[in-house]
Amino acid sequence: MNAGGPAARLHIDWTRCDGRGLCTELLPEALGRDEWGYPVAAPGRVRSGRDATDVPLTGAELAAAMDAENLCPLLALRIIRP
Amino acid sequence: MDDAMWAFARVSGLLDMVLLTGSVLLGILARSGRPLLAIPRVSVTLLHRNISLLAVVFLVFHVVPLLFDSYAQLNLVDVVVPFLGSYKAFWQGLGTVSLDLMAAVVATALLRRRLGTRTFKAVHWLSYAMWPLAMAHSMGNGTDGTSAPVVAAAIVLGVAVLAAVAWRVSAGFLETAAARRAGNARNGWTRP
Ligand code: SF4
Repeated sequence: MNAGGPAARLHIDWTRCDGRGLCTELLPEALGRDEWGYPVAAPGRVRSGRDATDVPLTGAELAAAMDAENLCPLLALRIIRP
Repeated sequence: MDDAMWAFARVSGLLDMVLLTGSVLLGILARSGRPLLAIPRVSVTLLHRNISLLAVVFLVFHVVPLLFDSYAQLNLVDVVVPFLGSYKAFWQGLGTVSLDLMAAVVATALLRRRLGTRTFKAVHWLSYAMWPLAMAHSMGNGTDGTSAPVVAAAIVLGVAVLAAVAWRVSAGFLETAAARRAGNARNGWTRP
């Protein structure tokens, strides 16, 4: 993450997500999967105390994040631009 | 000229039988959340979408030439309203119903973001009705529908879809099924 802060954030709607794993494939550096398959922010991505459902993205990850937003089968992802 | 149209329609129809089956199989696989060997989940989903759109293209190639065919005598009403055709009206009608279902499934899939997942899903389930209707139409209406190679192909495709559906309703279908069952058992939960 550069000094200027994240290029955008990826909001995960946990009430919709079913852990199908498309987003974790597209954003391997930003997201990991928990043991039930649900996406979680990669270690160190979200500072403790911050909302873990808004994962900071680098500028280089934006294109992949947009693909994830479009392909998520449950429409559980939304990119929040600063 | 007439013969060329008719031959083109036949070939497109047979090809669409394969494409539609591929689309259904890939859709079931995508729903499982599993990758296909070395093919990642994202690619499985994209393949499902693109093969489905290709099936739409070949459906156009199948239907449009028949509008100009003096034997099939298809008119624009027959394309959307079933069972009025002049040639094997019943079997042609099954094709028409399946075309209507396909139009609904594809339109709602393309408008998924606007419609929301609930509507999209409900309509997408119609695929399971569309596929057998399309297969029945191919065999009952097609000039080659009961020829040995087409029957053999239909059996292979049919067995593949039946196996996929059996897998679809089995307990271990989801990639995460085992982990979630174990988690629920640990917490003393049962399936709602
Ligand atoms: S692609 Fe969508 S449903 Fe799948 S894990 Fe990501 S957010 Fe959840």
